[in-house]
Amino acid sequence: MSIRTTLATAARVLHQLRSDHRTIALLLVVPTLLMVLLRYVFDGSPETFNRIGLPLLGIFPFVTMFLVTSVAMLRERTSGTLERLLTTPMAKLDLLLGYALAFALTALVQVAVASTVAFTWLSLEAPGGVPLVALLAVANAVLGMALGLLVSAFAATEFQAVQFLPAVILPQFLLCGLLTPRDRMLDLLRWISDALPLSYAVDGMSRLRVDSGLSGQIGRDLVVVGGCAVVALALGAATLRRRTA
Amino acid sequence: MDQASVAVGDLVVDRGGRPVLRALSFQIPAGQITGLLGPSGSGKTTLLRCLVGVQQIRSGTVTVLGQPAGSAELRWRVGYVTQTPSVYADLSVAGNLRYFAAVARASAADADRALSQVGLADRASDLVGKLSGGQRARVSLACALVGSPTLLVLDEPTVGLDPVLGRDLWALFHRLADTGVTLIVSSHVMDEAARCDRLLLLRDGRLVADDTPAEIRRQTGAEDLEQAFLRLAENEEAMA
Repeated sequence: MSIRTTLATAARVLHQLRSDHRTIALLLVVPTLLMVLLRYVFDGSPETFNRIGLPLLGIFPFVTMFLVTSVAMLRERTSGTLERLLTTPMAKLDLLLGYALAFALTALVQVAVASTVAFTWLSLEAPGGVPLVALLAVANAVLGMALGLLVSAFAATEFQAVQFLPAVILPQFLLCGLLTPRDRMLDLLRWISDALPLSYAVDGMSRLRVDSGLSGQIGRDLVVVGGCAVVALALGAATLRRRTA
Repeated sequence: MDQASVAVGDLVVDRGGRPVLRALSFQIPAGQITGLLGPSGSGKTTLLRCLVGVQQIRSGTVTVLGQPAGSAELRWRVGYVTQTPSVYADLSVAGNLRYFAAVARASAADADRALSQVGLADRASDLVGKLSGGQRARVSLACALVGSPTLLVLDEPTVGLDPVLGRDLWALFHRLADTGVTLIVSSHVMDEAARCDRLLLLRDGRLVADDTPAEIRRQTGAEDLEQAFLRLAENEEAMA
């Protein structure tokens, strides 16, 4: 492992992203616009906007980083650059951490823009503190990135990679507790919900709406989200084979 | 033959249940250009992948610079250029070189040197995606040269190049060989065979010749290598 290679990889991924102005604009503007839309959809009940809005701030980076990474990593696989990198002295961890670093930074900017608008203009409230919101959002981004990396190994085309979004993300969204509180779900669904990482991301965000500061519960949510990201990254690393058929 | 750079013994590779390489054995001397010639589908790319250590093999041995192919230490000393340029189309030429230099732990000066070696120093700031196919292939080559490899494995590096550029690249290959670099260059163009120090002729996963171009012509009594290859293929069919 080499810090220089990891940083060079992060810089390279950010360069590629930056050269695609439309993607950058969509990444930064869409979550903010959706927050504005949500605010006025619930114009009559600010309480509902606050209940849904805060978790959504954490879900946006999760979804966008999942999509961007699965397509970016699929491109590395199909263009031959991944195979080339695996014939060089680069460690697999350098590649994975480089991607994680690049997309964590992108997510931080994304969350900063959306939070600024949400907490000032839209009067969203987070007694738990904005730094913890940002921390949880970035952990979600890294989780989304790690899952995207993992599924890219099972996609042969960009069409397939995009279809993994409804397959992998939507079930987690339905079961994460945002639509129905998790303790009111059927037992079976609640058990599945307990096993899905997005549930903890949403639990954490919901707690920041009620509690102030870093409580043990939020610590647990952060550890679960971070732990799942590490497991997904390790599984993703196992799909990077130096020798193929 | 002085010390061998590559030694292959009884190499068998299957892909998708079909045999692609059938018990190949040969050695490649250091500091020379060895041409790997053969028609499309004869197994050239699969054989090159074995030398770099990215191909799963069924049986046999592949030893490169004294170590089993694909071992970690070889990644510092072997450069591989695939047939389709494997570079980032959304980065500039310099961006690609800088990145592959960092990956190979080489310096910025190495990146500049590699870029002038392939004659693209004046295109450093151009986006790779906007370059022609031949220019992209040269960027891909430069990204392998940046780590100053001892063994350079090139899969059809001159396909689609203007003949003048092709000649310049072959001059570069010879300059590299003069400094002690071993090169293995695949091609399906027989004209290029004459520019190699040694030739491996591959047909349907079998070696039909392994010698210098002059010796292959002499043994087959052929005037050019195209004809020599035809005679060798006919002999093989007659024997089968």
